[in-house]
Amino acid sequence: MDLQTLWFAAVAVLWTGFLLLEGFDFGVAALLPLLGRRPVDRHLMLRSIGPLWDGNEVWLITATGAVFAAFPGWYATWLPALYLPFVLVLFGLIIRAVAFEWRHSHHTERWDSTWTHVITAGSLIAALGIGAALGATTLGLPIDADGNRVGGPFAGLGWPALLGAVAVLAYSLVHGAVFLALKTDGPVRLAARAFARRWAPVAALPLLAWAGLVHLRSGTPATAVLWLVAALAVLVSWARIRVDREGQAFAAWAVVLLGSAATIFGAAFPVAVPSTVDAAFDVTLADASVSDYTLTVMTWATGIGLPVVLAYQAWTYWVFRKRLSAEPETPHAEPVPA
Amino acid sequence: MDVLDIARWQFGITTVYHFLMVPLTIGLGVLVAVMHTMWARTDKPEWLRMTRFWGRIYLINFVLGVATGLVQEFQFGLAWSEYSRFVGDVFGSLLALEALLAFFLESTFLGLWIFGWGRIPKKLHLAALWAAVIGSVVSAYFIIAANSWMQHPVGVVTDDATGRPRQVNFLAVLTNNTALAAFSHTIVASLMVAGALLVGIGLWHLRRRTMADAPTTDVDHSVWRRSVRLGGFVSLAAFALVALTGDYQGKLMYAQQPLKMSSAEALCETEAPAPFSVFAFGKLGSNECDDVHSITIPRILSYLAHGDFSTAVPGVNELQESYAAAYGATYPDDPAHYGDQAGRPIDYTPLLAVTYWNFRLMVGMGMVSAGVAAYALWATRRGRVPTSRIGVYGSLLAVGAPFVANVSGWIFTEMGRQPFVVYPNPDVPRAEQVYFFTAQAVSPGVTAGEVLTSLIGLATVYGALAVVELWLITRFVRRGVTTADSAPTPGHTPEGTPDDDLPGGRDADDVLSFAY
Ligand code: HDD
Ligand code: HEM
Ligand code: HEM
Repeated sequence: MDLQTLWFAAVAVLWTGFLLLEGFDFGVAALLPLLGRRPVDRHLMLRSIGPLWDGNEVWLITATGAVFAAFPGWYATWLPALYLPFVLVLFGLIIRAVAFEWRHSHHTERWDSTWTHVITAGSLIAALGIGAALGATTLGLPIDADGNRVGGPFAGLGWPALLGAVAVLAYSLVHGAVFLALKTDGPVRLAARAFARRWAPVAALPLLAWAGLVHLRSGTPATAVLWLVAALAVLVSWARIRVDREGQAFAAWAVVLLGSAATIFGAAFPVAVPSTVDAAFDVTLADASVSDYTLTVMTWATGIGLPVVLAYQAWTYWVFRKRLSAEPETPHAEPVPA
Repeated sequence: MDVLDIARWQFGITTVYHFLMVPLTIGLGVLVAVMHTMWARTDKPEWLRMTRFWGRIYLINFVLGVATGLVQEFQFGLAWSEYSRFVGDVFGSLLALEALLAFFLESTFLGLWIFGWGRIPKKLHLAALWAAVIGSVVSAYFIIAANSWMQHPVGVVTDDATGRPRQVNFLAVLTNNTALAAFSHTIVASLMVAGALLVGIGLWHLRRRTMADAPTTDVDHSVWRRSVRLGGFVSLAAFALVALTGDYQGKLMYAQQPLKMSSAEALCETEAPAPFSVFAFGKLGSNECDDVHSITIPRILSYLAHGDFSTAVPGVNELQESYAAAYGATYPDDPAHYGDQAGRPIDYTPLLAVTYWNFRLMVGMGMVSAGVAAYALWATRRGRVPTSRIGVYGSLLAVGAPFVANVSGWIFTEMGRQPFVVYPNPDVPRAEQVYFFTAQAVSPGVTAGEVLTSLIGLATVYGALAVVELWLITRFVRRGVTTADSAPTPGHTPEGTPDDDLPGGRDADDVLSFAY
């Protein structure tokens, strides 16, 4: 495998990792008004993602950074073409981040519920915006020979953007629900389970449709297999959550995303940004890439750095693995061994 | 206004705003980690309370740094796509490595520190904070290496096929002398920010307690006293290092960006020995150097530039001409790549008023800050408590001084490199130089309406965030240490502390028993 392909794979892994990890904290945040009936329940839901959301968000930063680092032509075509959706995503992420922190800096009911709503709103905006941007990109942007967008600010935003937006949000909602069922106890767990049971099959449809469309446009037999794996995983996940096997349901639901994302990236390869103006204007990986020297440097740095990152991130998940419950912990409980 | 101007305002506003949080995160992070370490070693309750109190401020600030940093990561692509294409072979990898090697470390271990109180072993908990702090410092290194490469591009050749810089020596980029200088200068400048905060707030609390006849023997008293002493020492020491590293930066600037130096000094004609300007009057705003007059100290500029009292320092007028000869008197007549600037004359002199006054503001505010630190150390010597209203409120006000110094330092650096966004490196023969004008750098496909929308939107959100943030921090600071202790404790007592030191469960309503 040449370095450009390797880095395309790395970018795919980073974006998928971001959607997988941030997906559940988007989902939990979006479910706050639905599943968090009592204030204690909302606190519990927030606590389940509290130590994790910032680390999850760094996946987005790294994914974007990796696109810039390995394929500046892709970065420089993609972001300005979807200027407004990306700015909207930034707004969503900004208000969400500060709301997480500020919410518990002051204690009145109004303050509390305001920032809880802001967390929900910010997460919804960010999930929809990222979905729109990815959907629009994978199904083609109106770019000219120089990689610049033609047709004005909204030219890239047709039905593919809408499909992508709905797909990411719907997936994240069930992902968040299964995560809550896995991580919490008490009424939240029950409500989350019920939500997942009810919506799992429906929530996967937009994502499968999106991946299917990309496959139909430029897929290979391999991407057909990946797509089938994703579709099958929906059924497995649904079946497992129906019998309350939350861990297995969560794993299968993750496979839904992994399969779909692999289908999309696999079918897109070797085009980074397809052009709807003329296929000759497609931004290919070869057009967009940095020099082999820089890719080599990056490969070494990542080869050493990434395993370490993965190890300590996995380890924090393990430290905070305990199931959470809304019943106040006794103030002098034994510290959890870690 | 065209896209270029709006995009520049947007970049300037968002970056300066980001850089209000950054130095506090870096500086306070180090100091909180020191406090936590002291607590771990001595078990003294005041160190714990200090860790909790200053740690809380550190966190409130950190999140705003994260939120505004996100914008930074995207905006090179959004509004500056031609820039991103041009510098891609060098610049992107530094940003990506920053995220991979620094941001993950910061965010993961900070999460562990926040939620780890009483949940993980004490030593591990302390190590988590240090890991996060190291993450911040590493992050500063990579981003400054990226910035310094724009100021002084090294380790690249021009690629024949693309006409863009192609990286040939990554190590040279990482060890760019501009980067090493700027990094050390920025880190010590960050420590000044944190030191001033400890001094200002500590003195205010000390005085308030004295006015209320509070005991001077209890833990809270020693919390504030130690904060003032620690902050004062750190500020003073950091100021000395800031001056030292700044002096080195001045020498580099003389060699690498002579026009930045002569415009910072409003030095119109080449002089040997060159005088240092203390104060300028006349029409600095006209950008005609000869309209400016200043009060000068002979020979000092020669020293700043080259370490002796006789070196010739080239003046603005001469440099303007030599740059015009080397890089063209006008922009090429090519609106597709130079926008409104196409065909216009190039002004190689950065805005005189901006460079001149920001340089003085940076140094001046640093001196103010050092003065305040010296005052605080003197006023608290041998157990004394200052009660002077002017002294204490002055110190509180002076918390802002190093922030201003940091921001003006950057405005000086960044505006001083205009009209280039990537400044030609004079060590390289002219034919092999890599450079890029700011006018070429914006995204060609993006409309002025889009950039204006995001500029207005971001400025509004940032403004609102500043209001809430300041309100929260002020309210929190006024309450003092006891609140700090209880606020984020998730219903646990850190191991090994007497129960009455940490009111972990004291406010155990359902809000406080959780961190969220
Ligand atoms: C508390 C903040 C602070 C203080 C007191 C100072 N500086 Fe500074 N300075 C900065 C904060 C800063 C900064 C914001 O961090 C900058 C912007 C870019 C950089 O590398 O550091 C900077 C830039 C900067 C530059 C420009 C480098 C360039 O454009 O490449 C020079 C020459 C100096 N400084 C020199 C000094 C000197 C001689 C000081 C004397 C005491 C001084 N600074 C105090
Ligand atoms: C270290 C990373 C940084 C990078 C890579 C960077 C890069 C840039 C770029 C690309 C521009 C836009 C082009 C231009 O107008 O020249 C810019 C402008 C600017 N930056 Fe920076 N910058 C960095 C740090 C900072 C910091 C920390 C500050 C201030 C606190 C700052 C202040 C400014 C200002 C004021 C402008 C507007 C200058 C003008 O329009 O003339 N920069 N910078
Ligand atoms: C213009 C270029 C810059 C970019 C692209 C950038 C990017 C970012 C991003 C994406 C974050 C959030 C990280 C997270 O989620 O943990 C962040 C935070 C941070 N950045 Fe920047 N940044 C810039 C300028 C600077 C400069 C000049 C410095 C240091 C001198 C710096 C130091 C930091 C630090 C220490 C943090 C940690 C959070 C905080 O500051 O509160 N950044 N930056």
